[in-house]
Amino acid sequence: MDNGTVRLILEDDVLTAVLSGEIDHHTAQGMREEIDFTVNRSKPRKLILSFEHVGFMDSAGIGLIIGRYKLMESLGGELVVSHLSPKMEQIVSLSGVGRLAKIEKGETNHEANE
Amino acid sequence: MKPMNEMSLSFLSCSANESFARATVAAFAAQLDPTVGEISDIKTAVSEAVTNCIIHAYRDVIGVIYISVKIFENGKITIRIRDKGCGIEDVEKAKEPLYSTGGEERAGLGFMVMESFMDRMKVTSKVGKGTVVVLQKQIERRQAKSANG
Repeated sequence: MDNGTVRLILEDDVLTAVLSGEIDHHTAQGMREEIDFTVNRSKPRKLILSFEHVGFMDSAGIGLIIGRYKLMESLGGELVVSHLSPKMEQIVSLSGVGRLAKIEKGETNHEANE
Repeated sequence: MKPMNEMSLSFLSCSANESFARATVAAFAAQLDPTVGEISDIKTAVSEAVTNCIIHAYRDVIGVIYISVKIFENGKITIRIRDKGCGIEDVEKAKEPLYSTGGEERAGLGFMVMESFMDRMKVTSKVGKGTVVVLQKQIERRQAKSANG
């Protein structure tokens, strides 16, 4: 539960990025690079950012979402954000990013914090 | 009112210290017996303030970030985050949502998140001298909590 890590699963045309740990300005950079590398290589139709295993997120998480939205848009693909905790939803609604990405409710199973 | 406890810490503006700072403040705040949600609010606000120091105040340099925290008998917590960095020319402008000079992938939400997750926020800044952010939150007392279910 410290550093942010990403697990990437590519199935058909859909890339799922399972984020875990804590997302802040420090950890977001590595996550971003890892996701973008695979997106640029596999050009998925849909990118799903799953926050199910994220214990903490500040506004760096919003930057991560907006940046991936722009990347997917440039590839003609779609971005879905899933499993946000209530606190994360609070930050997301402040940002208005819900107008860009599709926010999917999932049964939240947050491991910590919430 | 006299605080029932206080602490201060200082550390370098390395981004690895963002998690150190919020975890440390949260650990100290735990003495007020906050809820998980209240702790999460405090961690988020501190994380935003410290990130601002790292990205903006000490943009191209490594400087020292100072945090002092006071907790009070009535459940109030005051967190002061100070830097000796470049300062903010126009504080009101900096507080505007989505305004950012932080470059790519900065959402420009820092002050907005601090304001919405804490009860009060005060920002004072002097160009060339540095910035002070004071955050305040009232933690509900335990009896009140159990009375409310």
